[in-house]
Amino acid sequence: MDRRKLIERGVELLVYLSSWISILGIVFLFIFIGREAFPLLTDPRMQEEVRLSQLWTSIWQPVSDLPKFGLIPLFIGTLKASFVAMLFATPLAILAAVFTSEFAPPRLGRALKPVVELLAGIPSVVLGFFALVVLATWVQQLFGFTMRLNATVAGAALGLAVLPIIYTVTEDALATVPKAFREASLSLGATPWQTAFKVVLPAALPGIFAALVLGFGRAVGETMIVLMASGNASIVSASLGDSIRTLSATIAAELAEVVFGDGHYRLLFGLGVILFGFTFVLNLVGSWYIQRVKRRLLGAV
Amino acid sequence: MKDKLFIGLSALAMLVILAMLALILGNIFWFGKDRLSWEFISASPRVGMTEGGIFPAIFGTVALVFLMTIAVMPAGVMTAIYLEEYARADSKMVHIVQQAVANLAGVPSIVFGLFGLGFFVNFVGRGVDGLFFGGELNYGQPAILWASATLALLTLPVVIVTTSEALRAVPREIKEGGLALGATRLQNLWRIIIPSALPGILTGGILAVSRGAGEVAPIMFTGAAYFLPYLPTSPNDQFMELGYHVYVMATQSPDVEATKPILYSTVLVLLALTFLLNLLAIYLRARLRKRFAEGR
Repeated sequence: MDRRKLIERGVELLVYLSSWISILGIVFLFIFIGREAFPLLTDPRMQEEVRLSQLWTSIWQPVSDLPKFGLIPLFIGTLKASFVAMLFATPLAILAAVFTSEFAPPRLGRALKPVVELLAGIPSVVLGFFALVVLATWVQQLFGFTMRLNATVAGAALGLAVLPIIYTVTEDALATVPKAFREASLSLGATPWQTAFKVVLPAALPGIFAALVLGFGRAVGETMIVLMASGNASIVSASLGDSIRTLSATIAAELAEVVFGDGHYRLLFGLGVILFGFTFVLNLVGSWYIQRVKRRLLGAV
Repeated sequence: MKDKLFIGLSALAMLVILAMLALILGNIFWFGKDRLSWEFISASPRVGMTEGGIFPAIFGTVALVFLMTIAVMPAGVMTAIYLEEYARADSKMVHIVQQAVANLAGVPSIVFGLFGLGFFVNFVGRGVDGLFFGGELNYGQPAILWASATLALLTLPVVIVTTSEALRAVPREIKEGGLALGATRLQNLWRIIIPSALPGILTGGILAVSRGAGEVAPIMFTGAAYFLPYLPTSPNDQFMELGYHVYVMATQSPDVEATKPILYSTVLVLLALTFLLNLLAIYLRARLRKRFAEGR
């Protein structure tokens, strides 16, 4: 009798403790990436190698006799790729989500959603490969850029990766809009299109905003696609036809070759901290807006 | 008129997405299928990866994902059980765990790679070496054990979310029925709730495996190797992996045109692996939903 009670209590404790793994995971992520980057701020020897004032300059040349660690080209590259990705994915994803939830017959809509989400199941290295081998050739034929791998190619492939996220979150938001909204609008004589775009879409707006924020976060952090399809040249320019080098791809390409523990190594972890911090904030904002749309629409009924 | 135009436009967007999906899958299948053979699956790469097969990469991927599953399934399933069956739904702990899980799911995969190197390899691995091997280098270096541990953390949210969903889908009458008949909490969980939710829990595992098998960035610095003449036999060995193999062949090969056919086939194998698992998960999910919907 006592033994059984003990097991009951033991299991309860066990499941409680395992729920701490996720919390510790997030905390440890910050601590242990920060730990590798921290000497940049505190160790004078490190600061001789990587001068902090130099970070805000426009040449990234970590491997040379006089290494230069300017982060501006990396930020510009990251923003360019994400910008193209969002430009490409946003209209498609939102329109398709509206179609799925508002216009398609319910059975078709239910069937379409998992099919679009299959896109999310394609590994990013496969998308990167496709961009490198197929898409790059098409883009070059279409636009005639001199550099075969550039911001447009990487951004378009990145768009394929963020599209399912924007689609799913938008569709979920549209689905939380109560049926009564649509019925009221239709009964007042609005057409289905007017109902979808002037009633349902505005009601779900925070959710759509969340979709864009989460999609952007994914685009900024995605690595393999940009590593393979962006050309990886750190160029400061506004042209979408130039090669780019992103934060994530820089970490991936250089970490394997740095000397363990030197300034360059620490700086790459520093880039990781920046990337993590940035996506972390975006995710918080995104989930806050998702909560808001739920509270606003489901709380109102 | 305007109505038709806009509805048509939204249908067109959907069609474009479906066409792109079909295009990618079709392209990879079409150019990848010719090179597929038993030899390709079962032999090692030869002649600078332009000949031979990809067996070590397949083996490495399976071993990696296997170790990952051993780590992530108990942790993820138990967390979900805590969230859904033990904790009070409005408690602070539940809220914090859910927030942590959501954040974990949004962390870029390259950041997991950095974490794997900074925590598992440099901290845990070196710690183990210092404690048990007198500082001799055994575990303080990239290895399959650390790569799978990193992937386990990355896939943890997938398992937790899917399992939670499965537990929630079990109708309340079933859960309360067990308790009403005098079962203890644990008996009810073990004999009634978990068996009912099993297809959903399995779905979580499948999705985790599919996700883990496709990730490259987290394993680049934690254990994957360009080329190894042997298979990993110990947890502190390095390993070859399909996705990493694709990356290496596509970007570092001295002769890209010569590697292209073999590269396409490798991508096809990787895609088949992750994609079929995804399809299976969707099918299982749909069946689970139907089962409980019919019971109502």
